[in-house]
Amino acid sequence: MAEPALTRWQHAGPVVVVLAVVLVLWYAAALWLNAPQVIERVLADRPGWTLLDLAPLTWTMQRPVLPAPQQIALDLWQSVTGWPLDSPRNLLFHAYVTSSATLLGFVMGTLLGAVLAVLIVHSRTLDRSLFPWIIASQTIPVLAIAPIVIVILGSMGMTGLFPKAIISMYLCFFPVAVALVKGLRSPGVLEMELLHTYAATRNHTFWMLRVPASLPFLFPALRVGIAAGLVGAIVGELPTGAQAGLGARLLTGSYYGNTVQIWSALVMSALLGLFLTGCVAFAEKHLTPGGRR
Amino acid sequence: MNSSWLIPALLGLLVIAVVSVRWVASLDEHSLPGRFGAPLLFGAWLLLFWQLLTQAFEVPRVLLPAPSHIWQALLKSYATLAGDFQQTVLHSVLIGLALGCTLGFAVGVLIDRSPFLQRGLLPLAALASSVPLVGIAPIMVMWFGFDWHSKAAVVVLMTFFPMLVNTLAGLKEAGRMERDLMRSYGAGYWRTLFSLRIPVALPFVFNALKINSTLAMIGAIVAEFFGSPTAGLGFRISTEAARLNMGLVWAAIFVAALAGSLLYGALGLLERRMTFWHPSIRRG
Repeated sequence: MAEPALTRWQHAGPVVVVLAVVLVLWYAAALWLNAPQVIERVLADRPGWTLLDLAPLTWTMQRPVLPAPQQIALDLWQSVTGWPLDSPRNLLFHAYVTSSATLLGFVMGTLLGAVLAVLIVHSRTLDRSLFPWIIASQTIPVLAIAPIVIVILGSMGMTGLFPKAIISMYLCFFPVAVALVKGLRSPGVLEMELLHTYAATRNHTFWMLRVPASLPFLFPALRVGIAAGLVGAIVGELPTGAQAGLGARLLTGSYYGNTVQIWSALVMSALLGLFLTGCVAFAEKHLTPGGRR
Repeated sequence: MNSSWLIPALLGLLVIAVVSVRWVASLDEHSLPGRFGAPLLFGAWLLLFWQLLTQAFEVPRVLLPAPSHIWQALLKSYATLAGDFQQTVLHSVLIGLALGCTLGFAVGVLIDRSPFLQRGLLPLAALASSVPLVGIAPIMVMWFGFDWHSKAAVVVLMTFFPMLVNTLAGLKEAGRMERDLMRSYGAGYWRTLFSLRIPVALPFVFNALKINSTLAMIGAIVAEFFGSPTAGLGFRISTEAARLNMGLVWAAIFVAALAGSLLYGALGLLERRMTFWHPSIRRG
């Protein structure tokens, strides 16, 4: 593509405009969705009200159908700054609980995926018999298994972090395994033969050629994997009625009809997702040979 | 059960399993048994060992029921599960998937002409892919009620962005040469779109459809955890798991897995039909 290099404004401008449009639409939607309740509760005994009376009320409701953005931001800010870090009212505490399960699952899933990929690359039997099942395992809605894993492990006396991490692992391992199989096989005949002429052992070939060659395939998979792992950890927090974690916040919010709490938990999990994928992208930038991208 | 001969017998069976799978895997890749034999045999042995091990070691049913037990539960509660299937797959998943993909595709075609909107929306789409969108489920349940409408809404939201991104990428696939050729035929924008660019984009569109089919199953099932009428696979799984009725739970999972695989397989078949010219399919 022979496109001219974009200036900073050309990069950021469209995003800013789109975000502004989203914000305006959001306030309009909040006005539209919350208006019936406000009219019924507050303005019914105040005849002669105008849109100017209505609008501020819809954007500051206690339990709105759709909270206005500044309400969510305020709730988020208050929960983060107003309580100590280990208080269950602080969203950072919940984010910490969820991200520790995500990270543990991510590490386990990456290891499992890597082991499977190495086995598959080195064994024709496993390649032909196991690999199709790994792919088929992903057409199954794996998250459906989440409640069972929680219940089973709970009945074995395991609660807390580990069951959630298992679900994260199940979601993480697939992208890693598939990408690594592709990546470990990516060296061409030429490179393989070159190492052969150096009398490199299988071990050498693996560490000096296959592994570095697989890194550009690995990192995008890790980004997908950690995002999927976060979803897994959040869903894993639903069925236990867990006391802590972003998923638990979502669930209690929906039980008590506290929409602002749901939205702030949602925003927090979005920020966490961005942060985690950002970390992987950072590692990718510094670890990929030749500094690709 | 007398276990003095059990372990040697199981080990012997394991050896037979390994040898047989190895043998089938070494068959010619282009023959029918060579292509499908190894995975099928592997799966069959896996089922057999699952059955034997759970029975031999008397694994508690709560932990892991034997396949035969799951099958019995499936036959016994056939009517219930059929209702769940209808609620989750036929309503939430299929309607949500159709709406979300159509919307994503349409928006993709529309904003393809505007680089400004593309530069504004694509970063948002990338953001959406690293955000746990399924968390929106409780809000959708509040807005659209307990029935399938709220689940379909979650599915629409989850499937929209992958389709949008892939449609945009696919529309860029038609090369300069082909576009110039269409121009020299005097074809206008729409003619070029329908005769050249959309067909060329189809592999990307199918890729998104396949990704979305799994996402849609996940979205619909997870959304049911937040509240649903008394039917639906996600509802069945979460309530029966709470009652430790694991046979029915696994049967529901089996139905979900089967539905997911069938959806994926059907899309794969359709893809082979519609993009028969693509190198990845043609060489087979």
